[in-house]
Amino acid sequence: MSKRIAVNRRQVLAAGAGVIGTGILPRGVRAHGAPVKIGVILYLSGVQAFMGQQTRKGNEFGGIYAKEAGGPPMEFIYGDAESKPENGRVVAERLIRDGCTLLIGTNDSGSTISVAQAAEAAKIPFLINIASAPQITEQGFTQIFRNFPPATTLVGNAVIRIKELGATTGIEPKTAVILHVNDTFGQGIMKGVDIVWEKVKVPIKIVERISYDVHARDLSVEVAKAKATGADLLMPITRVSDAILIIREMVKQNWSPMGIISPGSPGPYEKAFTDALGKYGDGYMSCVPWYNPTKAGAREIAVRFEKEMDGRFDLNAAFAFEAVQIAADAIKRANSNEPAAIHAALKTTDIKDHIIYGGPIRFNEKGQNPNIGVVMLQNQNGRPVVVSPADASEAKAVFPLVPFDKR
Amino acid sequence: MTTLYLNVIAGGILIGIVYALIALGLTIIFGVMRIVNFAHGEMVVIGMYVGYGIWSVTKIPPWMIAPVAALALFMLGYALQRSIVNAFIERPQHAQFILFISFALIITGLHLVLFGPDSRPIDIIESMQSYSIGPLRLDVVRSQAALMALALITGLILFLRQSMLGRSIRAAADNLIGAQVIGIRIRNVYSVTAGIGMACAGAAGALVAPMFDTQPFLATDFTLIAFIIVIVGGLGSLTGALLGGVIIGLSEALAALVFSPALKTVFSYALLTIVLIWRPNGLFGEQSR
Repeated sequence: MSKRIAVNRRQVLAAGAGVIGTGILPRGVRAHGAPVKIGVILYLSGVQAFMGQQTRKGNEFGGIYAKEAGGPPMEFIYGDAESKPENGRVVAERLIRDGCTLLIGTNDSGSTISVAQAAEAAKIPFLINIASAPQITEQGFTQIFRNFPPATTLVGNAVIRIKELGATTGIEPKTAVILHVNDTFGQGIMKGVDIVWEKVKVPIKIVERISYDVHARDLSVEVAKAKATGADLLMPITRVSDAILIIREMVKQNWSPMGIISPGSPGPYEKAFTDALGKYGDGYMSCVPWYNPTKAGAREIAVRFEKEMDGRFDLNAAFAFEAVQIAADAIKRANSNEPAAIHAALKTTDIKDHIIYGGPIRFNEKGQNPNIGVVMLQNQNGRPVVVSPADASEAKAVFPLVPFDKR
Repeated sequence: MTTLYLNVIAGGILIGIVYALIALGLTIIFGVMRIVNFAHGEMVVIGMYVGYGIWSVTKIPPWMIAPVAALALFMLGYALQRSIVNAFIERPQHAQFILFISFALIITGLHLVLFGPDSRPIDIIESMQSYSIGPLRLDVVRSQAALMALALITGLILFLRQSMLGRSIRAAADNLIGAQVIGIRIRNVYSVTAGIGMACAGAAGALVAPMFDTQPFLATDFTLIAFIIVIVGGLGSLTGALLGGVIIGLSEALAALVFSPALKTVFSYALLTIVLIWRPNGLFGEQSR
């Protein structure tokens, strides 16, 4: 009774092509003229949620600012990678299916690589706001545009700032111990420090490198081990929660080295750090890319952000903000929501007037902006201030560190 | 160098005692009901939120909040056992596993909905202080937590040995049929046991809240550490849980010092594997009944 339907090979292939065309290609491609849907992939929950939430605020504020400046219509769709690097790809694929024709993210190197794979497969441009692993731009991805320095550049600049410190303050530390988180980011910065340290000939001997687990909740042994080296400098490579643990342990173990200088990692400049530690958070230095507080307009943006977004305009917020300005500039020039047109526009980006310390925003053949500078920050009176280089500094460095038991 | 080792050993013992309290809750539930509570870490996190919540409002030191957290979790455990878990006692083990995994997922989900993903630190002056005893520097928060944990463990052992209800629990653990024959109301014993097990988790949660900032995703770590301890010490053994906690706390600290801090967890798993090969029932475990 039933009628048998004959299906030949060509019909199967045609149907397959149709499914691929309508299913994988972003819906936005077909909805020309509508606001450009931008998928933002961040760690909004999990152990790195604080950074992700702060980055999201920067993206949101960037959207408000771009709209006021006459930018193109943009719709942001947020995806949570839940502090798991492998989730980046899954979330990115979902956002692409939902019609996003540009991706922004993430705030971690592991998930950035994962998202880059999805972006490459679907040929959707991916604007990286925060991620420093050098391999991101070395794997031949054609869709990535990174407006953040790779670990090697970041560390190279950071080491120069550390070397300058001795000359500017007249106090020369002799030894240092590195305490670093044992993940993609921590290993990347560590290797960078090792390479650049020799190259730049820093007259400080690194006496020991101590690694700890990314999920560590207790760093008492690690700090005791670092203290036992008797090093003049502690160089932590951390995220915010472990940076807090380290200082708490240093206070408890009554260890006040000559200085605490991070050669390029998050943590000390974040509000969670200064709020949690109060006076004990002061003196901690970190060498990171940052907005230039002496540049006209940058400080006003920072003040407005703090007022409207209830947070500090830190590295996460500033780079997230700037990523949205880059996206708005490219979409405006592309005059299209087609991924290929946005990609072409991103390739010819040339923004001279922007807030991050460094040169104009341009992307090289690997998709890297090579013009991002690094400043030295120091927490003073519960806030991070730029203390070096001279053309961006707001205050003088306090060095050596005021001992914890004298505060 | 000796001072460094002494300090690390002391720190390992102190945290080990708190770990022991967590593991004690897991082992007592298994010892009496032969049920494995996969949501044990989540109960610890509830205790952390109770500790954080009470501290935020009253500023009472967290170690003093531990008995309150224990009471809250006792009631929760008792109610859960009476209303849901008792119905699963006779069911196959996989049904029990799924039930407790569901509890774990629901609790973490509720924590996320109610409190969000952010860490909630207990910022007290003691977090920055230590006791100096000769060359030893003992972390104040850790010392207070270990002392309170020790007091609660002692209280629990006394309760199990001296009180009628405690003897009933031990009787049910030793010989279930015999206990039923002499008229012990087993369902009631199960409910009290579940309450005690979760009270241990809750109290430990309040004690660790000033050490590990409270957030929903800590639960898995606590469940894993509790499992390692009870397997090393012996499932169902109170002595095993107590000594297992100290052994794990100490071995983690020494592994971090002698080898590499990044190898702390690896060392615990290695210890677990060795014990499983050498003594499958754990150091103080009995042959399964």
